[in-house]
Amino acid sequence: MADTSTARDPNGPKPKRLLSRRNIFLYGTLGLIACYYALPLYVMIVTSLKGMPEIRLGNIFSPPVEVTFQPWVKAWAEACTGLNCDGLSRGFLNSVIITVPSVLLSIAIASVNGYALANWRFKGANVFFTILIFGAFIPYQVMIYPLVIILRELGLYSSLWGLVLVHTIFGMPILTLLFRNYFTSLPEELFKAARVDGAGFWGIFLKIMLPMSVPIFVVAVILQITGIWNDFLFGVIYTKPANYPMTVQLNNIVNSVQGVKEYNVNMAATIITALVPLTVYFVSGRLFVRGIAAGAVKG
Amino acid sequence: MTTSENPGSIRRSASRAPFRPFRNLSAKFAAIPMILTALVVFVGGTLWTVVYSFTNSRLLPKADWVGFKQYDRLWGTRRWQVSIENLMIFGVCSLVLSLIIGFLLAALLDQKIRFEDTFRTIFLYPFAMSFIVTGLAWQWILNPSLGVQNVVRNLGWESFVFDPLNTSSIAIYGILIAALWQGTGFIMCLMLAGLRGIDEDIWKAARVDGIPTWKTYVFIVIPMMRPVFITTLVIIAAGIVKVYDLVVAQTSGGPGIASEVPAKYVYEKMFQSQNLAQGFAASTMMLLAVLIVLIPWAYLEFGGKRRG
Repeated sequence: MADTSTARDPNGPKPKRLLSRRNIFLYGTLGLIACYYALPLYVMIVTSLKGMPEIRLGNIFSPPVEVTFQPWVKAWAEACTGLNCDGLSRGFLNSVIITVPSVLLSIAIASVNGYALANWRFKGANVFFTILIFGAFIPYQVMIYPLVIILRELGLYSSLWGLVLVHTIFGMPILTLLFRNYFTSLPEELFKAARVDGAGFWGIFLKIMLPMSVPIFVVAVILQITGIWNDFLFGVIYTKPANYPMTVQLNNIVNSVQGVKEYNVNMAATIITALVPLTVYFVSGRLFVRGIAAGAVKG
Repeated sequence: MTTSENPGSIRRSASRAPFRPFRNLSAKFAAIPMILTALVVFVGGTLWTVVYSFTNSRLLPKADWVGFKQYDRLWGTRRWQVSIENLMIFGVCSLVLSLIIGFLLAALLDQKIRFEDTFRTIFLYPFAMSFIVTGLAWQWILNPSLGVQNVVRNLGWESFVFDPLNTSSIAIYGILIAALWQGTGFIMCLMLAGLRGIDEDIWKAARVDGIPTWKTYVFIVIPMMRPVFITTLVIIAAGIVKVYDLVVAQTSGGPGIASEVPAKYVYEKMFQSQNLAQGFAASTMMLLAVLIVLIPWAYLEFGGKRRG
């Protein structure tokens, strides 16, 4: 609220006269749409707290008569994918092991790239940068197989570090753009002063740029945690079943053809998988918006 | 002092001449990952795939040239034709609807309302969830025997039918519903940023002239937001071509092949049916589709205002 009202005082169509009718329509519409957007999450939560008999008889929108946490326990620790029946906990652990190094490595590399592009332009730098940005729009499918070959040659195929490398590569365009734009927006005098004082490439980066760019690093971390946690395609292609991230395992659990479908367990598993990005989203709020809009609007 | 500093510092560095290449080296060294990614993976990888789409590679890539045979086979395959049809339907609908819904939501939120942050949080949260989660959630809601169809039937409308995911002719629309739910919040955010970028004086001037709000939007604001619309369009289009996870989670391409999409075709040819070159040919077609959108955009966006 606070910062939206600052620069835009006389806005909105004739506020006083139409106030009540306009507001009923406005808030009514927004409320209805909000209900529609909130509904799937509500249905997932409600379903995951019901027992199977209640699901078969009842209405997916009705709240549980008898709340049970059994489906959550089962989804976490007992649900089966193929021969493994240790639930989503395995996928969760894999996702953590994949996400943490991927986030750190991709941000470390992209921030240095962005810094070099913003402050130390060398000949040809913009050519590579343009290619990189174009790369963000190229369908992954064109680059998937060459990467398989590259990783195989490096001995990283179907290993954890191979996947980390893949995430670093495909995260690079948007992150580099994010950092480049941010570093360009910092006052140039600061950079010049540091150079006059004799600081070098890494000195300026570590001692001056880094401390000033905590917000953009937070944005990048949010962006990457959400993106990498939610990845499915790379997880399927570049890892082996034992290392499958959570999204892949979730899909295998829910869409498995054997056995009776346990919708409550499936929904519990689905929520558990969404929990990490949702937490990041609800906690970070505006920074998340800034992250996803950052590269996009500036063009 | 500040005015003469710039040329001065360049001149002065003449005394430090040996320092300059070293400085450049440092930046270049730091940019090695970017250069490698750009050249080896993005350019190299793409070219490699295009080149090998003209071979007869099956389990492993081999340089056994067969010309356009893979493409002939590709366009003769029913499954690919269905994939392309689906992509067109899905693409056009999701482009148009995302832009309309995204803009309307943004315009509603831009009316100086209370609880703007709350509404935005609700509209945008699906975007934080993966396509797999989105797909599975909607698969459950659209479940014919227990989901929405069942609820409406229990209310008394016994003959109500709404089962897109198991009806071949409309399966792709079931996926569209989930995709719109997931992505429109993001489009709304882009549009909102665009609306906030419109000068306040424009609104004042329109109001002074007595132009109704909706006319101001249609004839003044939207034309002014052209760059935002174009950028959004490109982002949506690039996302549409990649659609894969959502289909895998919601229908696995079914019923039959009714909701197949190109990205899924590529994946299966490459990694499941050991028909690499066919996958390369299909992915090259995807690349071509993206380039048709991308090149005119890049021309518009960067062609005019590139600075030297």
